[in-house]
Amino acid sequence: MDEKLKNELSKQGIFTTTLQNLYNWGRTNSIWPLNFGLACCAIEMIATTMARYDMARFGAEVFRPSPRQADLMIVAGTVTKKMAPLVVRLYNQMPEPKYVISMGACAISGGPFKQGYNVLKGIDRFIPVDIYIPGCPPRPEALLDAFMELQKKIDEQTLTGEKRPRHLNAGEPSEFVVPRYGAHDLEPTKNPNLWKAPLVQISQAGTDESGSH
Amino acid sequence: MNLEAIKSEIEANVPGCRLELVANPSPSGQHSLRTGAEHAVAVAVYLRDAEDLRFDFCSNVTGIDWPSREVSQKVKVRKLVDGVEQEVEEVRKTALPGTLEVVYHLFSVEKKHGPISLRMSTIDRDANVHLPSLTPVWRSAELQEREIFDLFGVVFDGHPDLRRLLMWPDFTDHPMRRDYVDPDDYEYEPTAHDEVLRRAQQHRSEADEEHPGEAGER
Ligand code: SF4
Repeated sequence: MDEKLKNELSKQGIFTTTLQNLYNWGRTNSIWPLNFGLACCAIEMIATTMARYDMARFGAEVFRPSPRQADLMIVAGTVTKKMAPLVVRLYNQMPEPKYVISMGACAISGGPFKQGYNVLKGIDRFIPVDIYIPGCPPRPEALLDAFMELQKKIDEQTLTGEKRPRHLNAGEPSEFVVPRYGAHDLEPTKNPNLWKAPLVQISQAGTDESGSH
Repeated sequence: MNLEAIKSEIEANVPGCRLELVANPSPSGQHSLRTGAEHAVAVAVYLRDAEDLRFDFCSNVTGIDWPSREVSQKVKVRKLVDGVEQEVEEVRKTALPGTLEVVYHLFSVEKKHGPISLRMSTIDRDANVHLPSLTPVWRSAELQEREIFDLFGVVFDGHPDLRRLLMWPDFTDHPMRRDYVDPDDYEYEPTAHDEVLRRAQQHRSEADEEHPGEAGER
């Protein structure tokens, strides 16, 4: 609605809003994260919720032990291949609307363990990620920053139209394939509808990028 | 700690047991004792319980994979060369079959000495990979033996709970063996080198074939 009219009305003591604003305002300020951590990054996540950094300021102090009551999954730590199916299953069990923060180098790409035999090379191979935080581990400030970014993102979501989020679009999937334990690796190794290898330049470690080789 | 003395003490007290002293020529000089599988438990119990040894703490258990290999040795032999007997050097090659080896590091908290390393080997790397478990002797070996079972494929007889530790039960490989080939998920490697670079480039050219023109410059 027209901003000027809204201001005018509020001067007269009449408060107006739109359903979308109200809806997003409520969701933005009561994001309940799922209570789980996978490795060292989880320690930083725990620190973020404690008194010094106090995530409660953003309405996210209620860590839910059940995926049924959670809105946000903070993938904090190394996702081993043994754990990956469980993470995807937890994500599938969360009710829409739901969001994912991929916290730390491990959850983004496998991090220091990228070329290990038992570490998944990024949780975005199986579930859609909204915010990535780099770092090993990211500091609590970084997690708070990611959290505020997520709030911005939720605030900008529309209820209708082309750009409406997944949970308001019946054509979009709300469940994602849970990989099975295979004889040599997870099957499938990625969700091809979700993750495509970025077609970027492969740089060779130790050689410069100036094209001299 | 004189390993020679420990060796002869064990051999005198464990009937039928023969130990081998594996010398370590490096500056650290951490020599170790190798025992046969059949006497391993008796040797371990002796090391733990003997009055003067009391190795009551097993701090570390690890595995080593020795693929089958050839060692060449120079030996001097007497030979007839052009009708004259001479001493000549010959290179002899011996093929060593591959084995899996397990190493235990032992300390004595009571006597404040250690470490000594106790080793034992399997017969080969495929069918005869059984070794006695020393978990009944040192409880701290339990998880580490499970890990060796998982990653190297050594089967510990007498282990109370021998399951895979890091990988899932249906996994069939042993990732720490030298001939392990890890699964091909190198689609995206920002700073690749060597083998990983080769694999990443292979993935990249496959992607180029599928969607030509999409890729940036290489
Ligand atoms: S990114 Fe670093 S701190 Fe975080 S889980 Fe991985 S290794 Fe640990």
